[in-house]
Amino acid sequence: MNALNITKGMSSKSAYNLRSGHADLNERHTLAVIVANEPGVLARVIGLFSGRGYNIESLTVAEVDHEGHTSRITIVTSGTPQIIEQIKAQLGRIIPVYDVHDLTVEGPSVERELSLFKVSGKGEKRVEALRLADVFRANVVDSTLDSFTFEVVGSPEKIDAFADLMRPLGLSEMARTGVAALSRG
Amino acid sequence: MSGAKMVVQALIDQGVDTVFGYPGGAVLPIYDEIFLQNSIKHFLVRHEQGAVHAAEAYARSTGKPGVVLVTSGPGATNAVTGLTDALMDSIPLVVLTGQVPTFMIGSDAFQEADTVGITRPCTKHNWLVKDTNALANTLHTAFHVACSGRPGPVLVDIPKDVQFANGTYEGPAKMKSHYQPQLKGDLDAITALVAAMETAQKPIFYTGGGVINSGPVASQLLRELVEATNFPITSTLMGLGCYPGNGDNWLGMLGMHGLYEANMAMHDCDLMINIGARFDDRITGRLDSFSPGSTKAHIDIDASSINKVIRVDIPILGDVAHVLEDMLKVWKARGRETNSKALKTWWAEIDGWRKIRCLDYAADSKVIKPQYALERLEALTKDHDRYITTEVGQHQMWAAQYMTFNDPNRWMTSGGLGTMGYGVPASIGAQVAHPSSLVINVAGEASWLMNMQEMGTAMQYGLPVKQFILNNERLGMVRQWQELLHGERYSQSWSESLPDFVKLAEAFGAKGILCSDPADLDEAIMEMLAFDGPVIFDCLVEKHENCFPMIPSGKAHNEMLLGDAAIKGAIDASGSVLV
Ligand SMILES: Cc1ncc(C[n+]2csc(CCOP(=O)(O)OP(=O)(O)O)c2C)c(N)n1
Ligand SMILES: [Mg+2]
Repeated sequence: MNALNITKGMSSKSAYNLRSGHADLNERHTLAVIVANEPGVLARVIGLFSGRGYNIESLTVAEVDHEGHTSRITIVTSGTPQIIEQIKAQLGRIIPVYDVHDLTVEGPSVERELSLFKVSGKGEKRVEALRLADVFRANVVDSTLDSFTFEVVGSPEKIDAFADLMRPLGLSEMARTGVAALSRG
Repeated sequence: MSGAKMVVQALIDQGVDTVFGYPGGAVLPIYDEIFLQNSIKHFLVRHEQGAVHAAEAYARSTGKPGVVLVTSGPGATNAVTGLTDALMDSIPLVVLTGQVPTFMIGSDAFQEADTVGITRPCTKHNWLVKDTNALANTLHTAFHVACSGRPGPVLVDIPKDVQFANGTYEGPAKMKSHYQPQLKGDLDAITALVAAMETAQKPIFYTGGGVINSGPVASQLLRELVEATNFPITSTLMGLGCYPGNGDNWLGMLGMHGLYEANMAMHDCDLMINIGARFDDRITGRLDSFSPGSTKAHIDIDASSINKVIRVDIPILGDVAHVLEDMLKVWKARGRETNSKALKTWWAEIDGWRKIRCLDYAADSKVIKPQYALERLEALTKDHDRYITTEVGQHQMWAAQYMTFNDPNRWMTSGGLGTMGYGVPASIGAQVAHPSSLVINVAGEASWLMNMQEMGTAMQYGLPVKQFILNNERLGMVRQWQELLHGERYSQSWSESLPDFVKLAEAFGAKGILCSDPADLDEAIMEMLAFDGPVIFDCLVEKHENCFPMIPSGKAHNEMLLGDAAIKGAIDASGSVLV
């Protein structure tokens, strides 16, 4: 008995869009959560993820509208399609959450992360680090006689790649902000 | 106006006339204001957990939010079980806690606890109010959040300096909240469901607490829909009473200790219409063989309930009453059709399952069988204006099976959390709300002891609650699982050193009745009913009775156990890790 013909996204009021396919495959999703900037709101979001056993790959938060007191939390998470739907529904249930956007399914988006790398070394390694930094359009934000601190902005993949290259060249410390993301257009 | 006065004013403006609570240092200014007025009646409980359960039953039996007032630190932590219980069962509560003054927060002050931190996961929302000017609006918002959408408990933590300080009070009309859950369901989805109902050969309504939470209109519309379509209907523990238990289409409760006919019909149906239930694990049993051949529709006001455990084909996000109204409209407009020929065959099949008579038990003329006790309690009280609360265990399941609920809001039991100790304070809350009705707490002796201090509350306010204890001298439900799963090794499941319940009753100033002979039972129950005051009824029952039917953990609906004979080897290893 399946004469129902409910198609994906048929109704905006529907609780979910039927999503076919590989229910067991993990997917990586970037969610933008618009929240009231009030005390404890981040704890609610993080508590939801830890309490229900969801993954957080990265999370960034800052106030984006001073007058409206709203903050934007960007969360990169992963899970089966059903889990991702659950995460969005659960986020939507938090009272100070105004809106949940799944940037991964809502069309093309850009993701950027800022990172700082301290690379210590001398001689040939130091020169090579500087050369690669140039290729990655990294900025030198601090330098001493035996170290550089680079700033790299880009997709998480680009930052991963830069870290891989710096490791043998004396990478001693790194800091990453986590992903900030916006839909395109 | 002082913050403390604002609290009382906000409660009055929200139409509150009853508060359950317990005072302490951090709420003294509010208690002072309570002393100075007459609009709100405060019921002093004996333990803060009792206050919350009493408020829950008050809410469930009236449809109004329950209100609780407790102090900081231990007052707040004692309320946590009740908050979690209310969250699991979607009960609207507004819990007010005192807090140490704002300038002492974080200093490990006397009776300081991070109340909003502790209760964040067990409330629908909570607030720490740091400014008296924000207090009134926060309180009104708290009521709005507790009662809108899927109801739930909220907590407002009020530091003592905020209670003392002066500010401007604003009435409820000024309250603004972006929280406005959608009530109307999507018409396309409703139409798809109606179309499925027109052709379904084996439909079933699977209803739950959401129908009751939606209000009396929802139950009314549900009844109309069931009568008009002649579809069978079952309900969860939480939904009992949303459709009359004496109605023709009623299959009884479903789930782990549900009726055979209800579970078999769920398993074999071709269209399952879930109305305000949530595919809880007590209901579904083994997920991969849960009603394998059915198209599933789910009406729920909480988007996160839809597709959480069971993928459904027709999701309808909305309030039950609103959606049922539209369903009826669409169904009538399309010509009131059902597949009546197929329905006749379906009912014949169901009648076959009913013939199993799954609630039959071996009668006994010497010992009181717990089932018999409840059958008699049912027979002797069913014509009363009656509210039933329960504790948690076998007695709870037997009450659900052997008692009949013909109206919503008459049955108060801890479903989602399964909180032993719920029943005594719940009976008090229900009696406070309905002073002249008959309120009975069907209890197990072990659960009953967990919040028995509330008998003092019953005495103080002259609440004639009847405590009907099915005393098997066992943690019966635990013992049953140990028998089925742990080789009859009854580890710590004896209720040892029980008090003499009759003397205990007398110590409280209540009436005690002991009954151990089936021949005396009717008379003893009549004596309990005739007594105008609280009664503790110690009903000594068969100690080793098991509660059946039962779907063992990890099994499907059509693998029910019906009686002692079928027990051996029924639960396999994978099932025994489940709870
Ligand atoms: C607070 C709490 N602790 C433990 C349990 C686990 N538990 C469930 S039923 C039960 C036994 C209840 O015994 P009793 O109240 O005598 O009821 P019976 O099953 O004997 O009818 C226990 C210990 C629980 N549900 N709640
Ligand atoms: Mg017992």
